[in-house]
Order: sequence, then structure tokens, then C-alpha cells
Amino acid sequence: MGLLDKQFDDGNIVLTSVEGVLNWARLCSLWQMSFGLACCAIEMMAASASHNDIMRFGVLPRPSPRQCDVMIVAGTVTLKMATRVKRLYEQMAEPRYVVSMGSCSNCGGPYWEHGYHVLKGVDRVVPVDVYVPGCPPRPEALLEGWMRLQEKVRDFSLVKKNNGTA
Amino acid sequence: MIMEHKEIFDHLTALFPETGLEFDEDVPCIVVPPAAIRDVSLQVRDDEMLQFDFLMCLSGVDNADGTLGVVYHLHSVPLGHKLTLKVIVPADNPHLQSVERVWRTADWHEREAYDLVGMVFDGHRDLRRILNPYDWEGHPLRKDYEVPEFYNGMKVPY
Repeated sequence: MGLLDKQFDDGNIVLTSVEGVLNWARLCSLWQMSFGLACCAIEMMAASASHNDIMRFGVLPRPSPRQCDVMIVAGTVTLKMATRVKRLYEQMAEPRYVVSMGSCSNCGGPYWEHGYHVLKGVDRVVPVDVYVPGCPPRPEALLEGWMRLQEKVRDFSLVKKNNGTA
Repeated sequence: MIMEHKEIFDHLTALFPETGLEFDEDVPCIVVPPAAIRDVSLQVRDDEMLQFDFLMCLSGVDNADGTLGVVYHLHSVPLGHKLTLKVIVPADNPHLQSVERVWRTADWHEREAYDLVGMVFDGHRDLRRILNPYDWEGHPLRKDYEVPEFYNGMKVPY
């Protein structure tokens, strides 16, 4: 069943559920916190540029965490940065989502053994909704991750428990 | 006039006869005692025959034999010659003079060497960590460094 349950020929009347239309509106305007940590940020910028144009998903990069729905952790999270990432996450308004982009923020990446300064996975400080693998992931992979996140938002319910969000 | 390392060494030993400068033939460089590096640096910068006005690089080294080293790579823009200075300090008392007031480049380089290898540059006006967080413990590029188990409540090992 799609978003619109029934469409009438005239009168501009459509039938749907409140949740359906709210979730549809939210998933089509997920605003992204604009910050990058390492080389993955270059691919994230490529996803924003004209070839891949992530803005067609309604993604607007915002400079303030208070205006954002999604944090893309794009790159190596050093221990020094991890405290800042956590603070930024705490400043975002709920419901909030985290996309972990690339091997470094998934699990430490190439720094897993000898990186004394690298956090071995951003999920040690903030809850992650979607992991995008790759080193770095291509922009298409980030778009795929974004669509997975949209699926998650589409299933969100105000009344049901266990929505899986933080 | 371009001068070779050995000529510069002879020139400097004539100026600092009591200091105990040593010449290293292997990789040509002049080994300077830690308490003399500031005076020698001022001399090689201001000497008309040397004019080393450019500190290309300042590196910290753990020699893994109980000593730490600092290596200064100098270049003279007007004369076009180069010079390498070395200072060796014991790891349990790693104090040497700062050259931050001689070449401003040394400011951040000395902070980096202090941060990662842990030698203390006496006379530096702002000797703080530069890469690691200020509350970091230890100096990570020491050969005997061990990765901490936790940092600010975050588990560090994989």
C-alpha cells in the first residue's frame, strides 16, 4: 500500500494516515549536518555535487546541529574528535539519525590495530542507524545508505513502540 | 660562498672551542650539546658566512637506546647551502634549549616533538601539546609507548 490510499477525481481530496504523510514529509526533507572528518567527506561532497545530486532526496546541509535530522559521520573519528561528535549529536533535536560512512567510522578501518588515537567505530559514542561500508564508499553507496535510512523513517510510528530510533 | 659541513664545523669549533661540538662523518651533521643549541643556532643564523635563515624541519627521534634526539635541517636562502644539527638528550631527563625565538618555524615543530616524543624545550614560550588532546597521557611515538585502555571513558583498543 502506498502513501495515498485513495484518490478522488475532483475536490483535491486524498486519503492517507497522519503517520504516513508525516513520515513521507520527514523522509523527503532529511537535513544533514554539514561536517566531514577525512577523505570520506570528499565522497560525501561528491554525493552532493551535480553528478549524484543528493539534494534530490531533500537533503539540505545545515551548519547548526539544532536544525539537523541526520549526522553523516564521514571519516576517521579520532578520540579528540569523538568528544566533539558526541556533543554535536546531543545538540541535535529528536528524532535524530546517524549514518556511519566508511570503514573508519564503522570499525576503525586501517587504524584498527595501531591507531592509538582513533576511535574504533563511532558506535562506541553515538547510536548508528545505517552503516555504509567502503574505504571510502562511492557516492552511490552513500545514496543507497540514504535510501535505507528513508525506509527506516517511513516505518516510524508515533504510537508503536520499538521504532529503533534513539 | 657555499660551505660544506666540515668547513662549517671547523668554523663553529673556532667560535665555540669549549662547547664540545662533534662532527658526525656518517651522515654529515654537527652534534651539539643540549645546553648550547640556542647559542649555536643564533650564531649560524646571524654569521655573515653562514646565514642559515630558514629552518626547514625540526624532528624528534626516539633512538631506542635510552636517548632522544632532535634534528634540525637548516637552509640558507641567500647563500644556498644546507646544514644538519643534532641534539641528543637522555630519555629520563629530556631537557634542551628551545630555538623557538631563533626561528619562528620552531614554535609548532617543537610543540609537535614535545607532544609525540616528549622532549622538553626550555625557553619555549608556549610548550603545549599540538596534535593530541591537552589531557592526553604519555608521548605516543616513544618506542616503549603503550596504548591506553580507555580515554575519557571511551575504550581505545579494537
